[in-house]
Amino acid sequence: MAYSDKVRDLYQEQLKALMEAGIFKQERYIHSPQSADIEVEFPEGSSLKKVINMCANNYLGLSSHPDVIQAAHEGLDARGYGMSSVRFICGTQDIHHQLEKKVTEFLGTEDTLLFPSCMDANAGVFEAVLTKEDVMISDRLVHASLIDGIRLCGAVTDTFKHSDMAHLESKLQLHSDKRLRMVITDGVFSMDGDTAKLDEMVALGDKYDAMLLVDDSHASGFIGRTGRGTHEKCGVMGKIDIITTTFGKALGGACGGCVSGRRELVEMCRQRARPYLFSNTIAPVVVAGVLKVLDILSASTERRDKLEKNSTYWRKGMTEAGFILKEGDTPIVPVMLFNAKLSQDFSRALYDEGIYAIGFFFPVVPQGQARIRTQISAAHEIHHLDKALAAFTKVGKKFNILGKTKQEIIDIYGL
Amino acid sequence: MDDVKDVILNYISGEYLEEGSDPITYDTPLISGGIVDSFSMVSLKRFLENRYKISIPDDEATPEAFDTVTKIVELVKKFVK
Repeated sequence: MAYSDKVRDLYQEQLKALMEAGIFKQERYIHSPQSADIEVEFPEGSSLKKVINMCANNYLGLSSHPDVIQAAHEGLDARGYGMSSVRFICGTQDIHHQLEKKVTEFLGTEDTLLFPSCMDANAGVFEAVLTKEDVMISDRLVHASLIDGIRLCGAVTDTFKHSDMAHLESKLQLHSDKRLRMVITDGVFSMDGDTAKLDEMVALGDKYDAMLLVDDSHASGFIGRTGRGTHEKCGVMGKIDIITTTFGKALGGACGGCVSGRRELVEMCRQRARPYLFSNTIAPVVVAGVLKVLDILSASTERRDKLEKNSTYWRKGMTEAGFILKEGDTPIVPVMLFNAKLSQDFSRALYDEGIYAIGFFFPVVPQGQARIRTQISAAHEIHHLDKALAAFTKVGKKFNILGKTKQEIIDIYGL
Repeated sequence: MDDVKDVILNYISGEYLEEGSDPITYDTPLISGGIVDSFSMVSLKRFLENRYKISIPDDEATPEAFDTVTKIVELVKKFVK
């Protein structure tokens, strides 16, 4: 037998160890559309509980917007359910081309190529445009999908200390002998919620002849005055060589992603990127939804403005309550707990108070940096945030962490 | 080669440790401990080669060989003439 008892026992031991450490992940089943208020079955088989969602990437509240849903329905009726094809064979509809043009205009780039997800975009982009004569220099906190894409590429790799421009400059000098240099960063970092210094990175790129790739998945739609992304915020629109981003967060929350940037780099992806060549095209229903999302966002900044106000309100409230937060001005607000089990227990206690937020720990974040990552949405009203603040405060008191320093929390709970 | 140990320890501390991190020892696991990411092993290799005028073959520059300062010193000794 291929899967012997001995092999089964091996994996069961590993899973048991996770449970005993209190860090076994369990899914919670949501019985409603994604929104600020959701209904959840947890544990499995229990009756539904109404909770406030504080951990979705639904930054603009568009994941269940009636206009987006209507547009998706129209897309289904007009263009069908699935294409049963990769893009280059017979998987490209007029609406895919239309979406690529619309994203190009929205991000202020030269061209765009859709991918089934930003994970796929990041997996395919480096290998498509770089060779072993080149070097990729990435921020040490880039998203896992960028790490996977870097691993798949044959170019030389190096890293720089998180957001440390002096260290980046030293790496650009070190690798000046390479054919091409590409600097890689998130726009907004997914676990810490801070923003890359794109203006300084563009200047370094000009000085040392290096391209810049930015994964703006946690920024597209709401960062910058009109929500174009981190490049808008940093005043460098038109100067980023490649932007990758997702439609699975603020831009509708379904799925899909893209590579957007210099015309030739995008075309190289169209010719060579493996996820583009070998994975199914984005379904027409999703394309129709994202087209509508971009129309909504291009017409008004109302949603990103509300998100900004909500985020400021939440940070202020949590800071005053005595929590340790990672510094930043984005809707990603990590509440630092440091101990992995504490983050899991805290999450469960929050759930009992009607708040849905998940504990993050190694390997998702570095060892000893466990947290609850709260994410604010334009779908949140002030009463949601007030209720969540009250719940966090109550649970914070229960675990005796309010007003404590990092070392004091570690002294109580360990690392 | 005590001074080599310290040169390498200081380089790794400056290159990889963030402010406020616990100091490393000669035997702190660097790669398996998550302090040195495997992507930046190339620049560590380059540092050693430039500093000690050696050439380390790619197949010897493994995560295992670079996992502690002590092991890195052994690797350097192997190629120093």
